[in-house]
Amino acid sequence: MTVHHQTLALLLFSAFVAVTLGITTWVSRKRHGSAEEFYAGGRLFSPMENGFAIAGDYMSAASFLGVAGLIALFGYDGLLYAVGFLVAWLVVLLLVAELVRNCGRFTLADVIAARMSERPVRIAVGASSVTVSVLYLVAQMVGAGSLVALLLGRTSEAAQAWTVIGVGALMVIYVSLGGMRATTWIQIVKAVLLMGGTVVLTVLVLLRFHGDVDRLLLTAAERSGHGRAFLAPGLKYGGSWSERLDFISLGLALVLGTAGLPHILSRFYTVPTARAARRSVVWAIGLIGSFYLMTIVLGFGAAAVVGPDAVRASNEAGNTAMPLLALDLGGGSGSTGGTVLFAVVAAVAFATILAVVAGITLASSASVAHDLYASLRRSHARHRSEVGVARTAAVGIGVVAIALGLLARDMNVAFLVGLAFAVAASANLPVLLYSLFWRNFTTRGAVWAVYGGLVPALALVVLSPVVSGSPGALFPGVDFQYFPLQNPGIVSVPLGFLAGWLGTVTSDEVPDEARHAETEVRSLTGAGAV
Amino acid sequence: MSGIFPICPSLGMQSSNGRHRDGGGGSESSAGQHEDQGEYGTASREVRYEDPWYDALASGWGESDGAGRPAPAVPGARAEAEGDRAEVRARDVYLEVQRSAAFQEVRSRYRRFVVPGITVFLAWYVGYVVTATSAPGLMARPVVGAVNVGMVAGLGQFLSTFVLTWAYARHARLRRDRAALELRWDTQELTRGARGGVS
Repeated sequence: MTVHHQTLALLLFSAFVAVTLGITTWVSRKRHGSAEEFYAGGRLFSPMENGFAIAGDYMSAASFLGVAGLIALFGYDGLLYAVGFLVAWLVVLLLVAELVRNCGRFTLADVIAARMSERPVRIAVGASSVTVSVLYLVAQMVGAGSLVALLLGRTSEAAQAWTVIGVGALMVIYVSLGGMRATTWIQIVKAVLLMGGTVVLTVLVLLRFHGDVDRLLLTAAERSGHGRAFLAPGLKYGGSWSERLDFISLGLALVLGTAGLPHILSRFYTVPTARAARRSVVWAIGLIGSFYLMTIVLGFGAAAVVGPDAVRASNEAGNTAMPLLALDLGGGSGSTGGTVLFAVVAAVAFATILAVVAGITLASSASVAHDLYASLRRSHARHRSEVGVARTAAVGIGVVAIALGLLARDMNVAFLVGLAFAVAASANLPVLLYSLFWRNFTTRGAVWAVYGGLVPALALVVLSPVVSGSPGALFPGVDFQYFPLQNPGIVSVPLGFLAGWLGTVTSDEVPDEARHAETEVRSLTGAGAV
Repeated sequence: MSGIFPICPSLGMQSSNGRHRDGGGGSESSAGQHEDQGEYGTASREVRYEDPWYDALASGWGESDGAGRPAPAVPGARAEAEGDRAEVRARDVYLEVQRSAAFQEVRSRYRRFVVPGITVFLAWYVGYVVTATSAPGLMARPVVGAVNVGMVAGLGQFLSTFVLTWAYARHARLRRDRAALELRWDTQELTRGARGGVS
């Protein structure tokens, strides 16, 4: 990688940062400072705009670089990720998007607390939302640090640390100054850039093979050294039974977790009606689906054009397969085309991280201010405006994320994302589905459902080979590994549902029929929706 | 309760309710006519369907303006009993609407689509993941050229997702949106009547 790559990539980075900061100042110039404005961007985005923003919020660096890299290294097993990331949207579309838009105002807790005794439910759901967000945020920060440093050719510890700090500072500025409106526009810009970059690369890959997908696959299989096995499942997850079970666990977490991600749920409040929320999800599914289809082509393209050995030599986890492919497609190292394409891909990856990070920060600051602060502050305390608290919370979350991002610098990004999905699926989804669809659900059931999913999910991770007892663990020196799987989903998701059921049947609280009626009527008709 | 409903003839009353149901005729055919104007929404259809309620912010249901206690417990400066009674009547409105045939029709249309939809695609996805991990040999069986069963199944997941998305959006647009919007206005009229009409 020559100096030219880096200069051009840096220029494009700076251009993106300048544009996004411009958006932020332009938006904050005429902000009203109201909660509607800060959390929901005024609720007047069109379905298409919101669809692009959802896609921008969802397609993180883990999918842009991670999935393509996994396909380049392990062939078919990487493709399974792409399927899970997309299919999850059916749960969102059919069960969650419209109903949440109709019942809630700003956060997930709004939907659930409406039927229950408010304080304990808000605290539980707020805490689990913040936990999920912080896990997801740390994953993105770690990704930002290692990728940007790698793409810029500086692998020194200091450069990596400064990147994490820089990304953290930028996201705090976006969120606390621009709120949801600025965040949404940043995500739209990013989604357009990402889709554009992916389309160009896909066309170039297909042109290289004269549109012959068969030859592309065969070349990839041949260069991988695995032959036809490269095109079938089993290279990464085909070993022991615990490994296979681990994959099923991950698949479950991916498909159920998306509907519990706070930053995805909060996007539905930026459109005026449930119908608009549905249409924005349809847009998002179209965008995300075509994006992952192209990612599959690019992954196999990277295996065929660059070769798994070269990919692995550059980054053990395969995260740099995409930029390497771009370099090759543009004409190779040293050529103008290669330089430009490489810089563009690097800049798009950076834009991706910034946009996702801004969305998560906003959602978690909303949970802190709207749910936790509102429920926990002493009643005689000096009254502060909720938006002010949210802005402060964004700064606090930024600091926490930077600190954790620096600590977890060497952890695997894909693992952290899978963990965030598993916690979301265990802690947030059961309580959400129960309160939308179960007549007899009670406050105790809600609180138990949240903690009954959250605590096992986190505990199982602590006891898993990721934290201790294996060579790649966080603490390789000690061994307190009792749970064989890396992803806790297959155990903790059923536990969350079970705890919610158990809490409900053991509580002596009589379920309020009228409030259930209110939830049901509101969720399906939109009566009284904000 | 009977005092509330005459405001709104389309709710709960069996006679007028026929236009929501009558064997799929009434509301559906009129929705169908709307659809004929264009597949993805001509401007005129947008205007007709988009409802302007978002402009007037509703009461902030289920939240207590920053304080951590339930909203209904905060009556206005006026007589407490009176406020409570209005609250009770507003609650009854939702119960009545929930029991109305019009609402039950909307709900069962939603459930009749969503329950089989969710069941089928979750079974198909879990079956796919389990097969991929437990029977890689089956997935490796070639179909055409380099394409094997696994590739076909994976692309099938993408395809089925797109198809189900399209089918759901179409079902909701043609069979739920109109009825739900009418119920929404009716319910809001009723709650406003119940809250305001204490006198």
